[in-house]
Amino acid sequence: MKRLTTLLLLAATTVGLTACGSSSDADPATEASTVSVQDPWVKAADSGMTAAFGTFRNAADHDVTIVSATTDGVAGRVELHEMATDEDGQMVMRQKKGGIVVPAGKTHTLEPGGDHIMLMDLTRPVEPGQDVRVTVRFSDDSTMSFTAPARSFAGAEEDYEGGTDHGDMEHGDMDHGDHG
Amino acid sequence: MGEPRRGLSRRALLTTGSVGAAGAVVGAAGASAVAREAPAADPGTRTVAFRGAHQAGVVTPPQDHGVLVAYDLVEGADADALRRLFAIWTDDVARLTAGRAGLADTEPELALRPSGLTVTLAVGPGAVEAAGVDVPSWLGPLPAFSVDRLEDRWSGGDLLLQICSDDELVVSHALRLLTKEARTFATVRWVQRGFRGPLGRDRTPRNLMGQVDGTANPRPADHDALVWRSPTTTPDGPRWLDGGTTMVVRRIRMELDTWDEIDRTARERTIGRRLDDGRPLTGGRLEDDPDLDAVDANGLEVIDPFAHVRRARTDDRRQRILRRPYNYDDPPPPGELTDAGLVFVSFQADLERQFVPLQRRLAELDLLNQWTTPIGSAVFAVLPGARRGEQLGQSLLT
Repeated sequence: MKRLTTLLLLAATTVGLTACGSSSDADPATEASTVSVQDPWVKAADSGMTAAFGTFRNAADHDVTIVSATTDGVAGRVELHEMATDEDGQMVMRQKKGGIVVPAGKTHTLEPGGDHIMLMDLTRPVEPGQDVRVTVRFSDDSTMSFTAPARSFAGAEEDYEGGTDHGDMEHGDMDHGDHG
Repeated sequence: MGEPRRGLSRRALLTTGSVGAAGAVVGAAGASAVAREAPAADPGTRTVAFRGAHQAGVVTPPQDHGVLVAYDLVEGADADALRRLFAIWTDDVARLTAGRAGLADTEPELALRPSGLTVTLAVGPGAVEAAGVDVPSWLGPLPAFSVDRLEDRWSGGDLLLQICSDDELVVSHALRLLTKEARTFATVRWVQRGFRGPLGRDRTPRNLMGQVDGTANPRPADHDALVWRSPTTTPDGPRWLDGGTTMVVRRIRMELDTWDEIDRTARERTIGRRLDDGRPLTGGRLEDDPDLDAVDANGLEVIDPFAHVRRARTDDRRQRILRRPYNYDDPPPPGELTDAGLVFVSFQADLERQFVPLQRRLAELDLLNQWTTPIGSAVFAVLPGARRGEQLGQSLLT
């Protein structure tokens, strides 16, 4: 009983500390309720695919796992990705099996060149300065939503190992010449 | 969006007092952005509050380095585009001035020592038009002055950022980040970099002609009456600019190579002030007004009829402006020794009442005109400050 009380207190505290732009389920026992996100953002893109980033903080004393994500209609498909070295020694991105783990009491940063939330089959341009509403789902089926503003960004042009429909991740007319 | 609140250090208090005495700019009043010095000796951690009724970088004591960058909006940029751009810039400026990395900052370490960084956003006529708002009559090219030799490459612009810090690396980082984030909205029109010497014990900034510069600036107590727009200072509006001000940027080339040809006495006569300590030729202290009626033993005026101080001075106290210039010293073109001068920056509530009469007097007859040439000119409206939860440009875009 004492442990449950401590957990509830801890959860209540972290909800209070949740970063602006994010909201969690009211039930304090869920994974979502122990996680907050700081400085979320999305790379602006005209079409095809792009990615969302940010720092997730887990206040609980056990690991939590993000298993999937959705947007408010901007992306036809959303996947959780990681960067890894393929058999040719090239850095590629691929779906992260088992989801993205935010360790107990620690943070996990999604950033260009690392884990990220991949937004695919964009239904409309993601313009710089626009907000994208992202919802992540945890392994206990609880969800957390946050607002990620879009920014022009030249990086995050990684090759997608699994994708054959690699669209143009770059907004505007800039041609980086590395698209298949 | 936390603003570091630190107590004023003893050094900051001393600085404030003496700068005020020298007549330079100090933001020590009311809702103005106030410089807060870290208690530690590390000047790199000094921050200047971004949030407030007025933007920082206007009455803020000038930092050692500054860059002015003017942008042209891309074709088709509308109110929605401006709203998004200003949201991005508001967020990044709030972070950078607090010593935090921008949201998508690729060099986050360069943001950690802001060294008094301020970023000031102003709009030209093109941006006001894009917002779908009537352009004030004064927001455009200044009246043509006879001394002007203006070049397009230093003139005009739809948007302007003034970025100032005591650390030049910080200025460059902020300039690059804010320009990158704006790339889908606007292109760079011109960039003017400037510097000021760290003030010596006498707190007297000097320009590259060796002159004490900016001694006649309004005191902080006069800022509400002379700098900030309000229903009192500018009753005719527009109201979206209340809390803001008007900004003149003039690139003034100094003909230092011909200035070298005249002796010290003639130089002092040109200005009407002593070169060594900036005091008027008629005596008194640095901050005293020159005695324009004084005559010498021969009955000649001590202050030349065309001396800069006489031409610049006005009996109408409401006509004064707040000068915040930076020096520039660029590589000279082939065959010349120097390409240097002043990035003249002034702020005044009412451009037509305060700046234009002054500039006209100087353009007509000012001995200094022989050695100075305006080669660039632009007028901007400095938007009001963004309070907590607000975005820059909000009043223009509602």
